[in-house]
Amino acid sequence: MFNQDRWQEIFETIRKNKLRTFLSGFTVALGIFIFIILFGFGNGLKNSFQEFFLDDATNTMILFAGRTSEPYKGFKANRRIEFKNDDLQDIKDNFPFFLEYITPRISRGASVRYKNEFDNYTTRGVGPAHQYAEKTIMMKGRYVNELDVKNKSKHAVIGRLVARDLFKQEDPIGKFIDVGSSVFRVVGVFQDDGGDNEERFIYIPYTTRQSLEKGNDKIDQMIVAFRPELGHKGSLAFERQLRMFLKEKKDIAPKDPNGIFIRNVADNLKQNQQFANVLQLIVTFVGLGTLIAGIIGISNIMVFVVKERTKELGVRKALGATPKSVIQMILQESIFITTISGYVGMALGVFILKNINETLEDYFIKNPYIDISTALFATLILIIFGGIAGYIPAKRAASIKPIVALRDE
Amino acid sequence: MIQIKDLHKSYKMGSSSLHVLKGINLNVEEGELVAIMGSSGSGKSTLLNIIGMLDLLDNGSYELDKVLIKDLDETKAAKYRNKFLGFIFQSFNLINYKTAVENVSLPLYYQGMKRTERQEKALKYLESVGLLDWATHLPSELSGGQKQRVAIARAMASEPKLLLADEPTGALDTKTSNEVMDLIQKINQEGKTILVVTHEEDIAQMCKRIIRLKDGVIVEDEKVDQVLAAKYV
Repeated sequence: MFNQDRWQEIFETIRKNKLRTFLSGFTVALGIFIFIILFGFGNGLKNSFQEFFLDDATNTMILFAGRTSEPYKGFKANRRIEFKNDDLQDIKDNFPFFLEYITPRISRGASVRYKNEFDNYTTRGVGPAHQYAEKTIMMKGRYVNELDVKNKSKHAVIGRLVARDLFKQEDPIGKFIDVGSSVFRVVGVFQDDGGDNEERFIYIPYTTRQSLEKGNDKIDQMIVAFRPELGHKGSLAFERQLRMFLKEKKDIAPKDPNGIFIRNVADNLKQNQQFANVLQLIVTFVGLGTLIAGIIGISNIMVFVVKERTKELGVRKALGATPKSVIQMILQESIFITTISGYVGMALGVFILKNINETLEDYFIKNPYIDISTALFATLILIIFGGIAGYIPAKRAASIKPIVALRDE
Repeated sequence: MIQIKDLHKSYKMGSSSLHVLKGINLNVEEGELVAIMGSSGSGKSTLLNIIGMLDLLDNGSYELDKVLIKDLDETKAAKYRNKFLGFIFQSFNLINYKTAVENVSLPLYYQGMKRTERQEKALKYLESVGLLDWATHLPSELSGGQKQRVAIARAMASEPKLLLADEPTGALDTKTSNEVMDLIQKINQEGKTILVVTHEEDIAQMCKRIIRLKDGVIVEDEKVDQVLAAKYV
């Protein structure tokens, strides 16, 4: 392998057969290049997908109340159902096995002012657990806490864009803003991966919102999170039991499809995960396909190269080349070419992926990447198969009697 | 130099077999210049291939320089060829992407000789065939006669005991043929044993001994008065 003379012979052959060298090298480089680009794009597609669908916690259900459609227990149809604070406690008490956390959400629009800047925003009266449900990320200060809920404090947690629009360069923490007709102190600034709209919310304690509305105890929506280990099936069971429990509590006919609505995020999650799995499958399939195409390409070239050299190999054998030295020469040459060009193709592919970054985001390809071990593995596979593809015809050529090879004009 | 006893060779052609050599007995002494003649199908090329270890014999025995040549695997045959034999082919068989000097040094590469030494020796043999000025030219830039002279230099470079020429002038015109035969005669005069397969009578007359083959047997084996190619050149 490290015989200097043999290397010299190989370099000479490569230098003097530029077209042949270029063809086989190009096939390998192209194969690995396309593999890396496609695989990277696949990963980029997955990234976009995750960003779109997996922003919020995925083990949650959102409960809405509406109007009944059937009379029951002396109540007429079309009765308005409302959630109350004691529903929160009842769910906590009755479903400790399923429940991870629960939070109410009361959404109201409000005109918000700081000094001379003002705009309309949506405020959300929430409990502390709401932070997990939305995967809210705190940039500064803190989120709504239990004490805020207990004391009905006028504390507000504002979105990044609210802070930017109202406060400009100022630090909002500790400053006072007008929300509608009341004054709130800003205790935190958050960001959210869900996009700009999510960063225009203002979170306040739900009890504060209730006290502002004549001290009632009504809740718009409840967000219920189940233990993730329950899985999709468990969440469906939970959903069923929860619906039964609330219908009984609110005196709604068991068969009434209206009154209580539950949106199970897990349903979406399951579909999304299936979609993600299909994507992964496509990426893998495309990758394997290109790799196989590359292997076939290099095999063809190797067969062609050896065929083209049959006569030369016959001459070499007549001059005293042993079959072993013939095979060694062809293999060493092909492995050398595939290694160099495979590496070039890989480096080029990785380089281009690195530079694409965000530029293809419009086509749903975000941050395409390939982990280096996959890239190296694919290159190695191609080199090994290039070697095997060279070995088989080389062995056959080496075992042809020189007289046959020489007769082959 | 060569001792062949009762040599048989047949080729399988599908289900039937073709008996090409039917008991050849042949002795060639050192320093001889032997022409092997015969029409096509007479077995002359097969005989040369067996002597050249490019092909195996079925029956009989073959001794080259007192070494019994038998049970040859490809590796062993390659080593013997490299050590004992030099080949000259009708179609020259130069490697087309190597220059003249690289072609000549190829058998030395397979002898394991060092690069600079190889180069030096190859140039020496190119000079002996009068092509020193063409050393760095590719075969495609040489005329037919020049190509054959490069091939002869290549055959000589490994300093073989025996030179085998298969129709060395078959692809050349008369004038070039004579030049090549002149070269072969000169090499022979320096003491090298040479076997020439040919079907041309005048080429055969330039050798010292003519063996005529017909249907796989030697029908005639005569010493002749050598015609010197030099007088035609």
